[in-house]
Amino acid sequence: MSARATTAHSVVEIKAAGKWFAGILVAAYALVAVIPLAWILMTGFKSPPDSISYPPKVVFEPSLEGYVNVFTNRSRQTPEYLESLGPPKAWYDKISRKRNMVITGPSRFAGRYMNSVVIGFGSTFLAVFLGTLAAYGFSRFKVPLKDDLLFFILSTRMMPPIAVAIPIFLMYRTLGLSDTILGMILLYTAVNVSLAVWLLKGFIDEIPREYEEAAVVDGYTRLQAFIKVILPQMRAGIAATAIFCLIFAWNEYAFALLLTSGNAQTAPPFIPIIIGEGGLDWPAVAAGTTLFLVPIVFFTVLLRNQLLRGITFGAVRK
Amino acid sequence: MAEIRIEQLHKAFGDFVAVRDSSFTVRDGEFFVMLGPSGCGKTTTLRMIAGLEMPSSGRIFLDGEDVTHKRGGERDIAFVFQLFALYPHMTVGKNISFPLRMAGVSRREVRERTQEVARMLQIGHLLKRSVAGLSSGDRQRVALGRAIVRRAKAFLLDEPLGALDAEFRDLMCEELRGLHDRVGATSVYVTHDQVEAMTMADRICVMDKGEVLQIGPPSEIYARPATRFVAGFIGSPAMNFLTGEGGAGASAIRVKGGAIPVPRLHEALGSGGVIVGVRPEHIRIAGEGAMKGRVFAVEYMGARQLITVDTDAGRLRVRAPNTMRVETGEAVGLNFDTESLMVFDPQSGRALASDHAGAAHG
Ligand SMILES: Nc1ncnc2c1ncn2[C@@H]1O[C@H](COP(=O)(O)OP(=O)(O)OP(=O)(O)O)[C@@H](O)[C@H]1O
Ligand SMILES: [Mg+2]
Repeated sequence: MSARATTAHSVVEIKAAGKWFAGILVAAYALVAVIPLAWILMTGFKSPPDSISYPPKVVFEPSLEGYVNVFTNRSRQTPEYLESLGPPKAWYDKISRKRNMVITGPSRFAGRYMNSVVIGFGSTFLAVFLGTLAAYGFSRFKVPLKDDLLFFILSTRMMPPIAVAIPIFLMYRTLGLSDTILGMILLYTAVNVSLAVWLLKGFIDEIPREYEEAAVVDGYTRLQAFIKVILPQMRAGIAATAIFCLIFAWNEYAFALLLTSGNAQTAPPFIPIIIGEGGLDWPAVAAGTTLFLVPIVFFTVLLRNQLLRGITFGAVRK
Repeated sequence: MAEIRIEQLHKAFGDFVAVRDSSFTVRDGEFFVMLGPSGCGKTTTLRMIAGLEMPSSGRIFLDGEDVTHKRGGERDIAFVFQLFALYPHMTVGKNISFPLRMAGVSRREVRERTQEVARMLQIGHLLKRSVAGLSSGDRQRVALGRAIVRRAKAFLLDEPLGALDAEFRDLMCEELRGLHDRVGATSVYVTHDQVEAMTMADRICVMDKGEVLQIGPPSEIYARPATRFVAGFIGSPAMNFLTGEGGAGASAIRVKGGAIPVPRLHEALGSGGVIVGVRPEHIRIAGEGAMKGRVFAVEYMGARQLITVDTDAGRLRVRAPNTMRVETGEAVGLNFDTESLMVFDPQSGRALASDHAGAAHG
C-alpha cells in the first residue's frame, strides 16, 4: 500500500523535475538565441560613439541616427558651410547636422529592401504554387516512375545549392538573367520547390481521398474539388511550407552576392556594405538588420497557429 | 429514381481480379444490399457504379442509359462513404448543402432544402455547428443528409454503419430503412454484416472473391442458398455441413453412422460424394433418430437453446426450444427436417437441384 503510494508519488515527481529541466533548457537556448537579436535591436538605437564604447553600454540615450543613416547618403561639411544653410528643415536633417553632415539624398537601402521583398515573396509564392500542384499530382495520380521522380526532386537538395554557383553564374550571364529580379526569383524557386513538393505531399497524403471523391460524385470537377476541399484542408501545411521557403529566399546571401550587383541586389549583400561607407557605422548596420528581420517575424507570428498545426500535423491526426 | 443495371462488370488491379464478370439489376426504388466478407470487391463494385473507378470491362446502365464512360458527377448518384468524408472545415449546414452549392441552385432554395433534410434527419439544431465535435450517429446523419439533399437518382452506401457501436447500429438500421421508405430512392447498400443485410434488404446480393454468388430476397437466400459459401455465410449459428454419399434419385444420403433423408435430387452426383447442409433449427432431438450422437454442450439463449451434439459424422449444432431437457454427455437421436435440407456438390460448392415442397422459412 505505502510502496504503491511512494511509486506513484515519485513518478509524478520525476515528471515535474523533467518539466523543470526542459523549461530551463529551453530558456537557456532562448537566451543564447535572443541575446544577439536584442543586441542588434539596441545597437540600432544607439549613437555611433555609444555603439563602440568600451565597456559596452546597456543603458544609453536612444537615438534614431542609425535609421537615418541607413536610409540616406550624407557628406561631411565645414561648420561655416553648414551655418550658411540656415536652420535644419526636418528632424532627420537635425540629426545629421549634429555630426557636421548634410544629407545628399536617399541611400540605396530602400531599393535593395524592395528587391528582397519582391524576390523573397515572389519566389515563395511560385515555389508553393508549383509545389502544391506537383504534390497533389504525386499524391493522387498514377505517375509513371513516381518514386524515381520524387527521389530526383529531393536529390537536387542533396548538395548545397552554392556548389553549382559557377555553372549557374555562367548560364545566367549567357541567358541575360544575371542581376535581374526574374533571375533571382527563378533561382530561389528552383531551390525551394523540391522542399515544397516533399513537405506538401506529406500534408496532402494525410487528407483522405474520400473528401475529393465525395465532391466529384456530387458533381464538382476535380479542380473544383481541389480548390473547395483540399486547399482549405491544407492551409496549415501551406503556411508552414511558405514560411520555410520565405526564410530561405529572404536570408540567402551567397547567390545574391555572386549574381546581383547594381540592379537586382537584395538586402543581405547590401547591409554589410554600409559598414564601409563612412567609417564603422554600426547603428546603421543594426538598423538595417532590424528592419530586415521585421517581415519574417511578422509572418511567423501571423501564421504561428497554422505553423504549429502544420509542423505537428502528422502527430495530431489519428 | 432509377434502375441500375450492371452487365459483365470486371475489374482487375494488375493481376489481381477484384470484381469478376458481375451482372445484376437493382430495381427502381429497391433497397439492394451487397453482402460479402472483407475484400470480396463490394467497395470496388460500388465505386464503379459511382464512376470513381473505371471498370476493366463490362457496362453500367442507369435508367437504361449507358453511363460506363461518364464521369462520377454526371451520373447523378449520391455516395455515402465508409468513413462519411465530412469536411472538417465546414459547418454541418455547409456540409449538407455542399452538393447544392455548385449546381446553380438559388440561395433560398439551398437554405430551404438543407433545412428540410435536417428536419427529416432530426439534426436541424446542429446546422450551425462544426462537424468536428459531433457524435458518430450525428455524423452519420449529416453524411446521409448530404446524399439526400441532392435528390439523386440513386444512393450508394458503403458500410455506413461500420463505424458505429453495436447498440447504436440496430437503431440506425431501422432509421436508415425508414428513411429509404420515405425517400424511395434506389439504394445500394454494402455491408459485411449478415444481420444488417437480412433486416434491411429487399434483395441481397452475396459476393465472394469478386464473384456474385446469389441474388434474392433475404428469406430465399436463407432458405435456399445457391452455394455452400452462401449457406455458411448467412445464418447464425451457421449451417451444419456433413459429408456423405448418395446416388442420383436417392432419397437419403449415407453419412458416417447413419443416413439422412433428403428431397429427391434431380442431378447425377459425382464420385466425390456430396455435402449435406442443415440449419440448426431443422434438426430435432429425439430418443431415436436418423443419426445418433452425444450431447457435448448446451447453451441457453433465452427462448431457445443451442445444443451441440457430437456424432460419428462430426459436430452438429441444434436449435431447440428451451422446454427441452438434455444433459451434457447424454446419448440422443437426431431427426432431420427433410424438406429444408440442402445438398451441395463438394467440388463446385453449388447447391444441387432437388424436389422442394415450397420454401421453408427459418
Ligand atoms: N486501387 C487498388 N489497387 C489494388 N488493389 C485494390 C485497389 N482497390 C481495391 N483493391 C483490392 O481489391 C479487393 C477488393 O477490395 P474492396 O475494397 O472492393 O473490398 P470490400 O469488399 O469493400 O472489402 P471491405 O469489407 O474490407 O471494405 C481487395 O483485396 C483490395 O485489396
Ligand atoms: Mg469496402
